[in-house]
Amino acid sequence: MSIYLIIFLNILFGLISGVFGGLGMGGGTILIPLLTIFLGMDQKLCQGINLISFLVMALFSLIIHYKHGFIETKGIIFIEMGGIVFSIIGALLASISPTLLLRKAFGIFLCVLAIIQSISIFKNK
Amino acid sequence: MIGATKKDIKQQKKTKSAKTKGGNIKKKIALIGSGAIIGFLNGFFGGGGGMVCVPILQKVLSLDAKHSHATAILVIFPLSVISSCIYVFNGFIDSFPLLTVGLGVVIGGIIGAFALKFLPPKVVRLIFAIIMFLGGIKLII
Repeated sequence: MSIYLIIFLNILFGLISGVFGGLGMGGGTILIPLLTIFLGMDQKLCQGINLISFLVMALFSLIIHYKHGFIETKGIIFIEMGGIVFSIIGALLASISPTLLLRKAFGIFLCVLAIIQSISIFKNK
Repeated sequence: MIGATKKDIKQQKKTKSAKTKGGNIKKKIALIGSGAIIGFLNGFFGGGGGMVCVPILQKVLSLDAKHSHATAILVIFPLSVISSCIYVFNGFIDSFPLLTVGLGVVIGGIIGAFALKFLPPKVVRLIFAIIMFLGGIKLII
């Protein structure tokens, strides 16, 4: 693959997942499989890239969502209390896990998410 | 008579406040527990925490679809800051793909954020779920 094609695909895949991420539909769940399956990138590297690009993207989309009045802050602090501790545990565990195991576990995670998502689509209105 | 009613009201208020207090503690514990799950998955898989977060916000905080989607981004932001630090520290980052992919993600994110005003219809979300499922299968085998 030529370098230009890789650059093009990187931006394209980023763009697609960015749209879903900005919608709050989970950009990373689409970005990571795109990069690993089509560009053969390392699972852990993709996870790192996803996290960091999410941060920059989230800053912009949070401002837009805030202006539209879609942000709710009540009770969020309690989610953070549990979340911060366990995100450290999760990230450390990912660092020491074998890449192949992480890749397969991520695949299972995606399937479960897809099933939950489908059920909620049919359940809600 | 009046005294009795006053007492009744007082009693009622007391039980009501006790009830909501108990409910609040339960809710807080549910929120902390949910946070733990969201944080762990987001840290371990480097993403996806937001998708787990949306239905939790809808159920526990009874937010509607648009608010829960937007608020999910707020929830996982601090968690992603911490997880990113650990990923970077352990060397799971590369500047070339980060810059190119990141550029796409940021532009896409802005488009997506504006699009939330018109939340995608069920069909789009279902297609998204199907693609995700196929991607998952491909990663497992």
